Amino acid sequence: MRFGVVVFPGTWSDRDCGWVVSQVLGAELSYLWHKDADLKGCDCVILPGGFAYGDYLRTGAIARFAPVMDKISEFADRGGLVWGICNGFQILCEAGLLPGALIRNASLEFRCLWTNLMVERTDLAFTSKCEERDVLRIPISHGEGNFFADPATLSRLEQRGQVVFRYCDPSGRVVPGANPNGSVHNIAGIVNARGNVLGMMPHPERCAETELGGTDGLKLFKSVAASALKVLVS
Amino acid sequence: MAVIDERRLREVALTADEYRVIVERLKRPPNEVELGMLGVLWSEHCSYKSSRALLRRLPSTGANVLQGPGENAGAIGIGEGWAVVFKVESHNHPSAIEPFQGAATGVGGIIRDVIAMGARPIALLDSLRFGPLPASSHHVDGVVAGIGGYGNCIGIATVGGEVYFEDCYAQNPLVNAMCVGLVRVEHLMRARAEGKGNSILLVGADTGRDGIHGASFASLELDETSSERRPAVQVGNPFLEKCLLEACMDLSQTDAVLAIQDLGAAGLTSSVAECAGRVAGAGATIDVAKVPRRERGMTPYQVMLSESQERMLVVVQRGREAEVEQIFAAWDLTSAVIGEVTDDSHLTIFDGWDQVARLPVQLLTDGAPPRRLVGVARATRPAPDLSSVPPLVDPGATLLRLLASPNLSSRRGIFRRYDHMVGAATVVQPGGDAAVLRVKGTRLGLAVTTDCNSRYCHLDPHVGAQLAVAEAARNIIATGARPIGATDCLNLANPDKPEVYWELEETISGLAQACRFLEIPIVSGNVSLYNEAPGDAAIYPTPVVGMVGLLDDYRRALGAGLRAEGDFVLLVGSSHNDMGGSEFMKVEHGIVQGPPPALDLSRERAVQHLVLAAAQHGYLHSAHDCAEGGMLIALAECCMIGGIGVRCPGLRPEAPLRLDAAFFGESPSRFIVSVPSRAMPEVQSLARRNNVELSLLGLAGGGFLELEGQFKLSLSEMRQAWEGAVG
Repeated sequence: MRFGVVVFPGTWSDRDCGWVVSQVLGAELSYLWHKDADLKGCDCVILPGGFAYGDYLRTGAIARFAPVMDKISEFADRGGLVWGICNGFQILCEAGLLPGALIRNASLEFRCLWTNLMVERTDLAFTSKCEERDVLRIPISHGEGNFFADPATLSRLEQRGQVVFRYCDPSGRVVPGANPNGSVHNIAGIVNARGNVLGMMPHPERCAETELGGTDGLKLFKSVAASALKVLVS
Repeated sequence: MAVIDERRLREVALTADEYRVIVERLKRPPNEVELGMLGVLWSEHCSYKSSRALLRRLPSTGANVLQGPGENAGAIGIGEGWAVVFKVESHNHPSAIEPFQGAATGVGGIIRDVIAMGARPIALLDSLRFGPLPASSHHVDGVVAGIGGYGNCIGIATVGGEVYFEDCYAQNPLVNAMCVGLVRVEHLMRARAEGKGNSILLVGADTGRDGIHGASFASLELDETSSERRPAVQVGNPFLEKCLLEACMDLSQTDAVLAIQDLGAAGLTSSVAECAGRVAGAGATIDVAKVPRRERGMTPYQVMLSESQERMLVVVQRGREAEVEQIFAAWDLTSAVIGEVTDDSHLTIFDGWDQVARLPVQLLTDGAPPRRLVGVARATRPAPDLSSVPPLVDPGATLLRLLASPNLSSRRGIFRRYDHMVGAATVVQPGGDAAVLRVKGTRLGLAVTTDCNSRYCHLDPHVGAQLAVAEAARNIIATGARPIGATDCLNLANPDKPEVYWELEETISGLAQACRFLEIPIVSGNVSLYNEAPGDAAIYPTPVVGMVGLLDDYRRALGAGLRAEGDFVLLVGSSHNDMGGSEFMKVEHGIVQGPPPALDLSRERAVQHLVLAAAQHGYLHSAHDCAEGGMLIALAECCMIGGIGVRCPGLRPEAPLRLDAAFFGESPSRFIVSVPSRAMPEVQSLARRNNVELSLLGLAGGGFLELEGQFKLSLSEMRQAWEGAVG
């Protein structure tokens, strides 16, 4: 299993994701430079957190035009695993690989804190190691993580079961008080219809070791590593 | 003596006497460009002309000190081939005028200081002072947003700092930023312009007209016209600095780089002069025509004095410029060869073929005549008459009021706006004493904190400075780390006033004494004077102490919060009637008076030794410094952070200790620790050996802080009070 971690100028979770992949999980790792249209034979591409291109104009708005993104779109079309975390989620929405948009937090302030996530899909390559209705404790860190979609898109997402993570309280109740950013339906992460492109605002790479306050994030990395899905990349 | 317009001298913040020295040394009057260059480098901000002699008293050496003051930042070896690099710096005046950008560029500047040492920045801390809320909320909001805007975007964890509110900061808020970085010892850089003929590259942002005379601005008192100096406040671009950071990290791939130097206050002028000034006989030539610009029509004067952000100077071996330019080009950064190192001990500036300035390096860096100021001691502050203070009636209600006071309330509303986890290294998160970061790939941990109670310093600058050092060290020790070094940012008012200069003298002697006694070298620092505004608005002397500690195994780091039901909760150290300058006296009785709490450095050291030893042996489940607000506030914090209550028998102190002093007095040299019952005998014997008083407060457990027969408060009731006030 080879993970590829994309590096845009302004990306900062690249090294944290790389650390978990190579040091905690012990999987193979390649960094993918934004200027290179080459996925180096990776089985799963991670778009990590950060402020790609400074997030000037709009989060992810410039990054989607990077040479590496064309390859990622092709890779996703062929069923390759693409995992957008935080800024990566924003970029996937801008690139049209996921529906909806991430707008300014309802508080109009940046939020860095621990959240609880209800896992609603365990049949995905990203979540196969989670239990049904697992509550994961994973931190967020963003100013623009307020997921928004128009009513039609939202009901399509719900009907097709594309909502993977929802902000909830520690006991698993999806309540307004557990929503840190104003996201519609408490949505923290969604997957595309085919199930191979995941976007999530929380940072699983920040909680893959006990010393950092929890290991729930590691479940997701382990899920991907265990997935048998392999895709030939040209 | 050449004649010069007084107005012109005022513009460059030089005195007539200083001008006379310049003419004598040059044996000619300086031209316009030279005058501007000397003006900024001779400003207090750059030359330390009022404080330099005093600063020499600070201890700056130690067995593991790899770099003391005089470079971009200090460095200390921590073992396993690693060095920690750190420094604190002020950005007060810009933040007073334009809070968001002032704070943001303060963060950007201190990050570049650490990068210049070859280190990767891993943590930021911010020590902030504001006037009272709500009047100062525009300062608070702007500064906090500016710090977050820069730190969150560049991806460096903001893990600590402090915030205090006092009337004296209403017009002159303080923004001190500290950055901590890590570097392999063999990659530690020093900014020395060595080797005639080597190339000087300017990299990063293009140069504009922003920030011209920023250093001089920082060396004047704020006045009605200060807001007109808004153009002297720079604008930050954290994205660009992130690229600059990564490119500078990539420079370790080549051995062609001899030096990296930040462009901060006084821009190109100071960075070139400082680089050359560190090597005997070295000089430099610079061609301003080769400096990439963002605006047309800039004069050599403007190019040399611009404080455009996100720029670095890199000295490269002659003939190997392309290797370095390639590294910056990969990050889409501009780099340009703008000059070369010489051996004529002069800084010579060209504009194409025309020489526009030529000054001896030494005149720029060390030529400013030291200012011989005289300090006049202020009368000792009389002790408050405690007999007139009514006895404490309802300690529970008082506790809730104090928890809700802005100086004691939870800082969560602020630190949740900062990314404090990026880097996946934050082992002890903000909200307790010090934050702890792990050194990845090793078991080592670094504890980091900043501290200063300026009310104590106002009441007695010498003792106040010692208390700041002692408290910073206690914060470090509460995590189980051993203090290894410090950095200081001395914020004071106008030293031309004898009382303020005396405060400066007392502050430095207090810092020096405490650091010597506790064997903590000060390896970097910054002085910010003239922090006052019109009217009677001089700030309290505010010597912010940033401190770094080392843990051999970060997995044993302690937090402030209680961890297990049934643990014994103990007060380490003894309590006295130390009410002067306390939050209790101010909030409950409106009295800011008297000497600050008395500090006995030997007692302090004994208490610190005990707690550190107990932590290192694994006897403790938690430790928390007992500071502002006193014992009950600290105990309430242990409960709220840990989510576990404490049941105590009623606490009735023995005379002469007053009840209010026992609960809310601020005697230093105290900790609250929690100990599992099996470790109690060891802790008790350690206390006996160190001759430190140990008192059992109660047992951890339940959801209440209860002092039998005195009060019983639920954790949620306390949290409601604690978390509402700030943010």
